[in-house]
Amino acid sequence: MTYPITMTVNGTDRTDAVEARLLLVDYLRNVLGLTGTHVGCNTSQCGACTVLLNDQAVKACTVFTVQANGGNVLTIEGMATDGKFHPLQQGFWEEHGLQCGFCTPGMILSSYDLLKHNPDPSEVEIRHALEGNLCRCTGYQNIVKAVQYAARNGVLSVPSEESAPTVDAQGENGAAG
Amino acid sequence: MITETFEYHAPEDVQAAVAILAEHGPEAKVLAGGHSLVPLMRLRLATPSVIVDLNRIPQLRGITTENGSITIGAMTTHAAIEHSAELKAMLPVLPAAAALIGDPMVRNRGTIGGSLVHADPAGDWPAVALALDAQLQLVGSHGETTVRADDFFVDLLTSAVEPDEILTNITIPIPTGRVGVSYQKFAHPASGYAVTGVAAMVMLDDADACIESRIAITGAGATAVRATESEAMLRGTDLNGGSIDRAAESAVSGIDFLGDIYASEEYREQLVRVYTKRSLLAAFRAATSGHGAEAAKTI
Repeated sequence: MTYPITMTVNGTDRTDAVEARLLLVDYLRNVLGLTGTHVGCNTSQCGACTVLLNDQAVKACTVFTVQANGGNVLTIEGMATDGKFHPLQQGFWEEHGLQCGFCTPGMILSSYDLLKHNPDPSEVEIRHALEGNLCRCTGYQNIVKAVQYAARNGVLSVPSEESAPTVDAQGENGAAG
Repeated sequence: MITETFEYHAPEDVQAAVAILAEHGPEAKVLAGGHSLVPLMRLRLATPSVIVDLNRIPQLRGITTENGSITIGAMTTHAAIEHSAELKAMLPVLPAAAALIGDPMVRNRGTIGGSLVHADPAGDWPAVALALDAQLQLVGSHGETTVRADDFFVDLLTSAVEPDEILTNITIPIPTGRVGVSYQKFAHPASGYAVTGVAAMVMLDDADACIESRIAITGAGATAVRATESEAMLRGTDLNGGSIDRAAESAVSGIDFLGDIYASEEYREQLVRVYTKRSLLAAFRAATSGHGAEAAKTI
Protein backbone atom coordinates (compact mmCIF):
# COMPACT_ATOMS: atom_id res chain seq x y z
CA MET A 1 0.00 0.00 0.00
CA THR A 2 1.24 3.48 -0.83
CA TYR A 3 0.37 6.85 0.58
CA PRO A 4 0.21 10.10 -1.43
CA ILE A 5 2.62 12.79 -0.29
CA THR A 6 3.54 16.30 -1.32
CA MET A 7 6.52 18.18 0.04
CA THR A 8 8.87 20.96 -0.90
CA VAL A 9 12.48 19.86 -1.18
CA ASN A 10 15.09 22.58 -1.66
CA GLY A 11 12.36 24.88 -2.98
CA THR A 12 10.95 22.37 -5.49
CA ASP A 13 7.48 20.90 -4.99
CA ARG A 14 7.41 17.11 -5.08
CA THR A 15 4.41 14.81 -5.34
CA ASP A 16 4.75 11.06 -4.92
CA ALA A 17 3.16 7.93 -3.59
CA VAL A 18 5.33 6.08 -1.07
CA GLU A 19 5.22 3.08 1.20
CA ALA A 20 4.70 4.02 4.84
CA ARG A 21 8.00 2.40 5.78
CA LEU A 22 10.08 4.44 3.33
CA LEU A 23 12.42 6.54 5.44
CA LEU A 24 12.89 10.18 4.56
CA VAL A 25 16.60 9.64 3.92
CA ASP A 26 15.83 6.85 1.43
CA TYR A 27 13.21 8.99 -0.29
CA LEU A 28 15.71 11.82 -0.70
CA ARG A 29 18.52 9.57 -1.91
CA ASN A 30 16.81 6.82 -3.87
CA VAL A 31 13.69 8.50 -5.20
CA LEU A 32 14.85 12.08 -5.67
CA GLY A 33 18.52 11.26 -6.31
CA LEU A 34 19.70 13.75 -3.69
CA THR A 35 22.62 11.65 -2.51
CA GLY A 36 24.32 14.46 -0.61
CA THR A 37 22.38 13.32 2.46
CA HIS A 38 24.38 10.36 3.70
CA VAL A 39 23.45 7.21 5.58
CA GLY A 40 25.96 6.47 8.31
CA CYS A 41 24.95 4.46 11.36
CA ASN A 42 21.30 3.87 10.46
CA THR A 43 20.50 3.97 14.18
CA SER A 44 19.96 7.68 14.80
CA GLN A 45 23.34 8.29 16.38
CA CYS A 46 25.84 9.61 13.81
CA GLY A 47 23.99 12.57 12.27
CA ALA A 48 25.26 11.99 8.71
CA CYS A 49 21.65 11.99 7.46
CA THR A 50 20.75 15.34 9.04
CA VAL A 51 18.41 17.54 6.99
CA LEU A 52 16.15 20.43 7.90
CA LEU A 53 12.47 19.48 8.13
CA ASN A 54 10.18 22.45 8.65
CA ASP A 55 13.17 24.51 9.77
CA GLN A 56 14.46 22.02 12.33
CA ALA A 57 17.47 19.75 12.01
CA VAL A 58 16.32 16.12 12.08
CA LYS A 59 17.89 12.75 11.45
CA ALA A 60 16.30 11.66 8.18
CA CYS A 61 16.95 7.97 9.02
CA THR A 62 14.49 8.25 11.89
CA VAL A 63 11.60 9.98 10.12
CA PHE A 64 9.21 8.19 7.78
CA THR A 65 8.61 10.01 4.50
CA VAL A 66 4.86 10.05 5.19
CA GLN A 67 5.58 12.04 8.35
CA ALA A 68 7.12 14.79 6.23
CA ASN A 69 3.96 15.03 4.11
CA GLY A 70 3.14 18.70 3.53
CA GLY A 71 6.52 19.72 4.89
CA ASN A 72 9.50 21.69 3.75
CA VAL A 73 12.86 19.92 3.48
CA LEU A 74 16.30 21.46 3.02
CA THR A 75 19.25 19.24 2.13
CA ILE A 76 22.87 20.04 1.40
CA GLU A 77 21.98 20.35 -2.28
CA GLY A 78 19.82 23.36 -1.39
CA MET A 79 22.49 25.29 0.50
CA ALA A 80 24.30 26.98 -2.38
CA THR A 81 22.50 29.82 -4.13
CA ASP A 82 23.18 31.13 -7.63
CA GLY A 83 26.15 28.83 -7.98
CA LYS A 84 27.87 30.12 -4.86
CA PHE A 85 28.68 28.29 -1.67
CA HIS A 86 26.67 29.08 1.41
CA PRO A 87 28.93 30.69 4.08
CA LEU A 88 28.90 27.41 5.98
CA GLN A 89 30.13 25.49 2.93
CA GLN A 90 32.67 28.24 2.40
CA GLY A 91 33.73 27.92 6.03
CA PHE A 92 34.34 24.17 5.73
CA TRP A 93 36.37 24.91 2.57
CA GLU A 94 38.44 27.74 4.06
CA GLU A 95 39.07 26.15 7.45
CA HIS A 96 39.68 22.59 6.19
CA GLY A 97 36.64 21.42 8.14
CA LEU A 98 36.55 18.06 6.37
CA GLN A 99 38.76 15.24 5.28
CA CYS A 100 36.74 12.37 3.81
CA GLY A 101 33.61 14.54 3.75
CA PHE A 102 31.14 11.84 4.73
CA CYS A 103 29.86 13.68 7.80
CA THR A 104 30.03 17.14 6.21
CA PRO A 105 26.47 17.52 4.85
CA GLY A 106 25.04 16.60 8.26
CA MET A 107 27.53 18.90 10.01
CA ILE A 108 26.51 21.78 7.76
CA LEU A 109 22.78 21.29 8.24
CA SER A 110 23.13 20.99 12.03
CA SER A 111 25.33 24.09 12.08
CA TYR A 112 22.76 25.92 9.97
CA ASP A 113 20.07 25.10 12.54
CA LEU A 114 22.37 26.41 15.29
CA LEU A 115 23.28 29.67 13.54
CA LYS A 116 19.67 30.47 12.71
CA HIS A 117 18.87 30.59 16.41
CA ASN A 118 22.24 31.74 17.66
CA PRO A 119 24.16 33.74 15.03
CA ASP A 120 27.19 34.31 17.28
CA PRO A 121 27.76 31.09 19.21
CA SER A 122 30.64 30.46 21.58
CA GLU A 123 32.96 27.53 20.95
CA VAL A 124 31.21 25.60 23.72
CA GLU A 125 27.82 26.28 22.16
CA ILE A 126 29.07 25.09 18.76
CA ARG A 127 30.41 21.87 20.25
CA HIS A 128 27.18 21.31 22.20
CA ALA A 129 25.13 21.90 19.02
CA LEU A 130 27.19 19.37 17.06
CA GLU A 131 26.94 16.60 19.69
CA GLY A 132 24.70 14.61 17.36
CA ASN A 133 27.16 14.64 14.45
CA LEU A 134 30.09 12.27 14.50
CA CYS A 135 33.28 12.81 12.49
CA ARG A 136 35.92 10.09 12.23
CA CYS A 137 38.61 12.23 10.55
CA THR A 138 39.02 15.76 11.73
CA GLY A 139 39.03 15.71 15.50
CA TYR A 140 36.35 18.43 15.24
CA GLN A 141 38.79 21.33 15.71
CA ASN A 142 38.48 22.63 12.16
CA ILE A 143 34.77 21.93 12.06
CA VAL A 144 34.35 24.34 14.96
CA LYS A 145 36.50 26.87 13.09
CA ALA A 146 34.35 26.40 9.98
CA VAL A 147 31.21 27.24 11.92
CA GLN A 148 32.94 30.25 13.46
CA TYR A 149 33.93 31.34 9.95
CA ALA A 150 30.30 31.12 8.83
CA ALA A 151 29.16 33.06 11.90
CA ARG A 152 31.67 35.82 11.09
CA ASN A 153 30.68 35.88 7.45
CA GLY A 154 26.94 36.15 7.79
CA VAL A 155 25.28 32.78 7.67
CA LEU A 156 22.17 34.04 5.94
CA SER A 157 23.92 36.11 3.28
CA VAL A 158 25.60 35.10 0.04
CA PRO A 159 29.42 35.18 0.15
CA SER A 160 31.35 37.65 -1.98
CA GLU A 161 32.00 36.60 -5.56
CA GLU A 162 35.80 36.67 -5.54
CA SER A 163 36.17 34.29 -2.58
CA ALA A 164 33.48 31.82 -3.60
CA PRO A 165 34.31 28.78 -5.73
CA THR A 166 31.45 28.08 -8.09
CA VAL A 167 29.38 24.93 -7.94
CA ASP A 168 27.19 23.42 -10.60
CA ALA A 169 23.45 23.89 -10.61
CA GLN A 170 22.80 20.62 -8.77
CA GLY A 171 25.16 21.64 -6.01
CA GLU A 172 26.92 18.29 -6.30
CA ASN A 173 30.39 19.69 -5.63
CA GLY A 174 29.18 21.52 -2.59
CA ALA A 175 27.43 18.40 -1.44
CA ALA A 176 30.44 16.16 -1.53
CA GLY A 177 32.57 18.79 0.18
CA MET B 1 17.47 -2.65 7.75
CA ILE B 2 14.12 -1.33 6.60
CA THR B 3 11.13 -1.93 8.82
CA GLU B 4 8.35 -4.45 8.28
CA THR B 5 5.41 -3.08 6.32
CA PHE B 6 2.73 -1.32 8.33
CA GLU B 7 -0.47 0.61 7.92
CA TYR B 8 0.02 4.30 8.71
CA HIS B 9 -2.50 6.58 10.38
CA ALA B 10 -2.02 10.23 11.26
CA PRO B 11 -5.19 11.23 13.12
CA GLU B 12 -5.80 14.89 13.88
CA ASP B 13 -7.42 14.56 17.29
CA VAL B 14 -7.08 12.34 20.35
CA GLN B 15 -10.49 10.69 19.97
CA ALA B 16 -9.66 9.54 16.44
CA ALA B 17 -6.32 8.18 17.62
CA VAL B 18 -7.95 6.26 20.48
CA ALA B 19 -10.56 4.82 18.09
CA ILE B 20 -7.82 3.45 15.82
CA LEU B 21 -6.01 1.94 18.80
CA ALA B 22 -9.22 0.36 20.08
CA GLU B 23 -9.89 -1.15 16.66
CA HIS B 24 -6.45 -2.71 16.20
CA GLY B 25 -5.53 -3.62 19.79
CA PRO B 26 -1.95 -4.60 20.55
CA GLU B 27 -1.11 -4.82 16.82
CA ALA B 28 -1.08 -1.01 16.78
CA LYS B 29 1.71 1.12 18.13
CA VAL B 30 1.73 4.83 18.87
CA LEU B 31 4.45 6.88 17.17
CA ALA B 32 5.61 10.02 18.97
CA GLY B 33 9.10 11.39 18.26
CA GLY B 34 10.19 8.02 16.92
CA HIS B 35 13.67 8.01 18.39
CA SER B 36 13.07 4.82 20.32
CA LEU B 37 10.40 3.16 18.19
CA VAL B 38 11.86 3.69 14.71
CA PRO B 39 15.27 2.20 15.55
CA LEU B 40 13.47 -0.76 17.20
CA MET B 41 11.37 -1.22 14.06
CA ARG B 42 14.45 -1.03 11.89
CA LEU B 43 16.08 -3.79 13.93
CA ARG B 44 12.74 -5.64 13.65
CA LEU B 45 12.62 -5.92 17.41
CA ALA B 46 9.27 -4.17 17.01
CA THR B 47 6.99 -5.12 14.11
CA PRO B 48 3.68 -3.30 14.63
CA SER B 49 1.26 -3.75 11.75
CA VAL B 50 -0.43 -0.42 12.45
CA ILE B 51 1.27 2.87 13.32
CA VAL B 52 -0.70 5.71 14.87
CA ASP B 53 1.36 8.87 14.43
CA LEU B 54 0.41 11.53 17.01
CA ASN B 55 2.47 14.28 15.36
CA ARG B 56 -0.56 15.85 13.67
CA ILE B 57 -2.59 16.36 16.83
CA PRO B 58 -2.04 20.00 17.85
CA GLN B 59 -3.89 19.61 21.17
CA LEU B 60 -1.11 17.29 22.40
CA ARG B 61 1.54 20.02 22.16
CA GLY B 62 2.17 23.03 24.33
CA ILE B 63 2.88 24.27 27.83
CA THR B 64 0.28 25.95 30.03
CA THR B 65 0.34 27.24 33.58
CA GLU B 66 -2.78 27.17 35.71
CA ASN B 67 -3.63 27.05 39.43
CA GLY B 68 -0.06 26.56 40.54
CA SER B 69 0.59 23.72 38.12
CA ILE B 70 2.29 23.37 34.79
CA THR B 71 0.71 21.18 32.16
CA ILE B 72 2.83 19.93 29.29
CA GLY B 73 1.25 18.25 26.28
CA ALA B 74 2.65 14.76 25.80
CA MET B 75 3.85 15.53 22.25
CA THR B 76 5.83 18.58 23.35
CA THR B 77 9.39 18.05 22.16
CA HIS B 78 12.44 18.07 24.39
CA ALA B 79 13.63 21.10 22.36
CA ALA B 80 10.40 23.02 23.05
CA ILE B 81 10.87 22.36 26.77
CA GLU B 82 14.57 23.25 26.59
CA HIS B 83 13.81 26.65 25.02
CA SER B 84 10.57 27.50 26.87
CA ALA B 85 10.89 30.92 28.53
CA GLU B 86 7.84 30.08 30.67
CA LEU B 87 9.45 26.93 32.05
CA LYS B 88 12.79 28.66 32.59
CA ALA B 89 10.95 31.08 34.86
CA MET B 90 8.51 28.67 36.54
CA LEU B 91 10.30 25.31 36.80
CA PRO B 92 13.84 25.66 35.44
CA VAL B 93 14.85 22.06 36.11
CA LEU B 94 12.69 21.00 33.15
CA PRO B 95 14.53 23.02 30.46
CA ALA B 96 17.84 22.24 32.15
CA ALA B 97 17.15 18.50 32.12
CA ALA B 98 15.77 18.63 28.56
CA ALA B 99 19.06 20.13 27.35
CA LEU B 100 20.90 17.02 28.60
CA ILE B 101 18.90 14.60 26.45
CA GLY B 102 20.56 13.05 23.39
CA ASP B 103 21.58 15.71 20.91
CA PRO B 104 19.83 18.63 19.17
CA MET B 105 18.27 16.52 16.42
CA VAL B 106 16.95 14.00 18.95
CA ARG B 107 15.54 16.86 21.00
CA ASN B 108 13.86 18.38 17.93
CA ARG B 109 11.80 15.22 17.37
CA GLY B 110 11.72 13.38 20.70
CA THR B 111 8.85 14.13 23.07
CA ILE B 112 8.41 14.09 26.84
CA GLY B 113 5.35 11.86 26.53
CA GLY B 114 7.08 9.39 24.26
CA SER B 115 9.98 9.15 26.65
CA LEU B 116 7.71 8.55 29.66
CA VAL B 117 5.51 5.94 27.99
CA HIS B 118 8.50 4.10 26.50
CA ALA B 119 9.78 3.81 30.11
CA ASP B 120 13.34 3.17 29.06
CA PRO B 121 15.28 2.15 32.18
CA ALA B 122 17.90 4.77 31.25
CA GLY B 123 15.50 7.56 30.24
CA ASP B 124 15.84 10.99 31.83
CA TRP B 125 12.22 12.13 32.13
CA PRO B 126 11.07 9.22 34.33
CA ALA B 127 13.39 10.35 37.14
CA VAL B 128 12.43 14.01 36.74
CA ALA B 129 8.71 13.15 36.69
CA LEU B 130 9.06 11.10 39.89
CA ALA B 131 11.00 13.81 41.71
CA LEU B 132 8.42 16.45 40.77
CA ASP B 133 5.39 14.28 41.66
CA ALA B 134 4.00 14.55 38.13
CA GLN B 135 0.45 13.47 37.29
CA LEU B 136 -0.01 11.74 33.95
CA GLN B 137 -3.33 12.02 32.13
CA LEU B 138 -4.35 9.08 29.98
CA VAL B 139 -7.20 8.93 27.50
CA GLY B 140 -8.52 5.60 26.27
CA SER B 141 -11.64 4.14 24.77
CA HIS B 142 -13.10 3.85 28.29
CA GLY B 143 -12.46 7.47 29.20
CA GLU B 144 -9.86 9.48 31.06
CA THR B 145 -7.70 8.55 34.02
CA THR B 146 -4.86 10.20 35.89
CA VAL B 147 -1.89 8.22 37.14
CA ARG B 148 0.77 9.51 39.52
CA ALA B 149 4.35 9.15 38.36
CA ASP B 150 4.87 6.89 41.39
CA ASP B 151 2.45 4.34 39.85
CA PHE B 152 3.38 4.87 36.19
CA PHE B 153 6.58 2.91 35.67
CA VAL B 154 5.59 -0.72 35.92
CA ASP B 155 8.56 -2.68 34.63
CA LEU B 156 11.34 -2.65 32.05
CA LEU B 157 10.00 -0.68 29.05
CA THR B 158 6.50 -0.98 30.51
CA SER B 159 4.36 1.89 31.72
CA ALA B 160 0.82 1.97 33.05
CA VAL B 161 -0.51 2.98 29.63
CA GLU B 162 -2.80 0.30 28.15
CA PRO B 163 -2.62 -0.55 24.42
CA ASP B 164 -5.80 1.46 23.72
CA GLU B 165 -4.69 4.48 25.76
CA ILE B 166 -2.71 7.61 24.96
CA LEU B 167 -0.80 9.79 27.39
CA THR B 168 -2.14 13.29 26.70
CA ASN B 169 -0.73 15.59 29.37
CA ILE B 170 1.83 15.75 32.14
CA THR B 171 0.84 18.01 35.02
CA ILE B 172 3.45 19.10 37.54
CA PRO B 173 2.73 21.13 40.68
CA ILE B 174 5.02 24.17 40.80
CA PRO B 175 6.95 23.85 44.07
CA THR B 176 6.73 26.91 46.28
CA GLY B 177 8.86 28.11 49.18
CA ARG B 178 12.55 27.38 49.62
CA VAL B 179 12.69 24.63 47.05
CA GLY B 180 15.56 23.42 44.90
CA VAL B 181 15.45 20.80 42.19
CA SER B 182 18.33 19.13 40.44
CA TYR B 183 18.95 16.49 37.83
CA GLN B 184 22.47 15.09 37.55
CA LYS B 185 23.44 12.31 35.22
CA PHE B 186 26.37 10.23 34.17
CA ALA B 187 25.73 10.02 30.44
CA HIS B 188 26.69 7.23 28.10
CA PRO B 189 29.23 8.90 25.79
CA ALA B 190 27.68 7.57 22.58
CA SER B 191 23.95 7.46 23.16
CA GLY B 192 23.62 10.18 25.78
CA TYR B 193 21.34 7.95 27.84
CA ALA B 194 21.73 8.02 31.60
CA VAL B 195 24.08 5.29 32.76
CA THR B 196 22.78 6.64 36.05
CA GLY B 197 20.78 9.79 36.63
CA VAL B 198 19.39 11.20 39.86
CA ALA B 199 16.70 13.84 40.17
CA ALA B 200 16.30 15.45 43.59
CA MET B 201 13.90 17.97 45.05
CA VAL B 202 14.42 19.45 48.52
CA MET B 203 12.13 21.80 50.40
CA LEU B 204 13.73 23.69 53.28
CA ASP B 205 12.52 25.69 56.24
CA ASP B 206 14.21 28.97 57.17
CA ALA B 207 16.88 27.14 59.18
CA ASP B 208 17.88 24.92 56.21
CA ALA B 209 16.16 21.90 57.70
CA CYS B 210 14.55 19.58 55.18
CA ILE B 211 10.75 19.70 55.28
CA GLU B 212 10.36 17.29 52.39
CA SER B 213 12.48 15.74 49.69
CA ARG B 214 11.98 13.51 46.68
CA ILE B 215 14.84 11.52 45.18
CA ALA B 216 14.39 9.57 41.95
CA ILE B 217 16.94 7.35 40.27
CA THR B 218 17.09 6.24 36.64
CA GLY B 219 19.53 3.94 34.87
CA ALA B 220 20.02 1.66 37.86
CA GLY B 221 17.35 -1.03 37.63
CA ALA B 222 14.45 -2.03 35.39
CA THR B 223 12.53 1.19 36.05
CA ALA B 224 13.15 4.59 37.53
CA VAL B 225 12.48 4.45 41.26
CA ARG B 226 12.26 6.74 44.27
CA ALA B 227 14.75 6.38 47.09
CA THR B 228 12.12 6.59 49.80
CA GLU B 229 14.44 5.40 52.57
CA SER B 230 16.86 8.24 51.80
CA GLU B 231 14.00 10.73 51.64
CA ALA B 232 12.88 9.66 55.12
CA MET B 233 16.43 10.03 56.45
CA LEU B 234 16.57 13.65 55.29
CA ARG B 235 13.26 14.72 56.76
CA GLY B 236 13.75 17.21 59.61
CA THR B 237 17.54 17.23 59.36
CA ASP B 238 19.74 20.27 58.78
CA LEU B 239 21.13 19.72 55.28
CA ASN B 240 24.32 21.56 56.20
CA GLY B 241 25.16 18.57 58.41
CA GLY B 242 26.04 15.05 57.29
CA SER B 243 22.53 13.86 56.44
CA ILE B 244 23.03 14.21 52.67
CA ASP B 245 26.06 11.88 52.85
CA ARG B 246 24.10 9.29 54.81
CA ALA B 247 21.05 9.55 52.53
CA ALA B 248 23.26 9.09 49.45
CA GLU B 249 24.76 5.91 50.94
CA SER B 250 21.25 4.52 51.48
CA ALA B 251 19.96 5.39 48.02
CA VAL B 252 20.99 1.98 46.67
CA SER B 253 18.72 0.16 49.11
CA GLY B 254 15.91 -1.78 47.47
CA ILE B 255 17.20 -1.38 43.91
CA ASP B 256 17.61 -4.54 41.86
CA PHE B 257 20.57 -3.33 39.81
CA LEU B 258 21.03 -4.17 36.13
CA GLY B 259 24.50 -4.42 34.67
CA ASP B 260 25.53 -4.32 31.05
CA ILE B 261 28.68 -4.29 28.93
CA TYR B 262 29.21 -0.61 29.73
CA ALA B 263 28.58 -0.52 33.46
CA SER B 264 28.42 -3.45 35.90
CA GLU B 265 25.89 -3.70 38.71
CA GLU B 266 28.58 -2.77 41.24
CA TYR B 267 29.65 0.25 39.21
CA ARG B 268 26.06 1.45 38.91
CA GLU B 269 25.65 1.08 42.68
CA GLN B 270 28.59 3.37 43.19
CA LEU B 271 27.25 5.82 40.58
CA VAL B 272 23.93 5.95 42.42
CA ARG B 273 25.68 6.88 45.67
CA VAL B 274 27.81 9.54 43.99
CA TYR B 275 25.07 11.05 41.85
CA THR B 276 22.50 11.04 44.66
CA LYS B 277 24.93 13.06 46.74
CA ARG B 278 25.70 15.43 43.86
CA SER B 279 22.05 15.88 43.03
CA LEU B 280 21.02 16.53 46.64
CA LEU B 281 23.86 19.01 47.10
CA ALA B 282 22.91 20.77 43.88
CA ALA B 283 19.23 20.88 44.88
CA PHE B 284 20.23 22.22 48.30
CA ARG B 285 22.42 24.89 46.65
CA ALA B 286 19.57 25.81 44.34
CA ALA B 287 17.14 26.10 47.26
CA THR B 288 19.43 28.27 49.37
CA SER B 289 20.58 30.47 46.47
CA GLY B 290 17.05 31.02 45.21
CA HIS B 291 17.95 29.84 41.71
CA GLY B 292 15.50 26.98 41.93
CA ALA B 293 17.25 24.38 39.79
CA GLU B 294 20.46 22.90 38.56
CA ALA B 295 21.19 20.20 36.04
CA ALA B 296 24.41 18.80 34.72
CA LYS B 297 25.83 15.74 33.07
CA THR B 298 29.16 14.02 33.15
CA ILE B 299 30.38 11.84 30.31
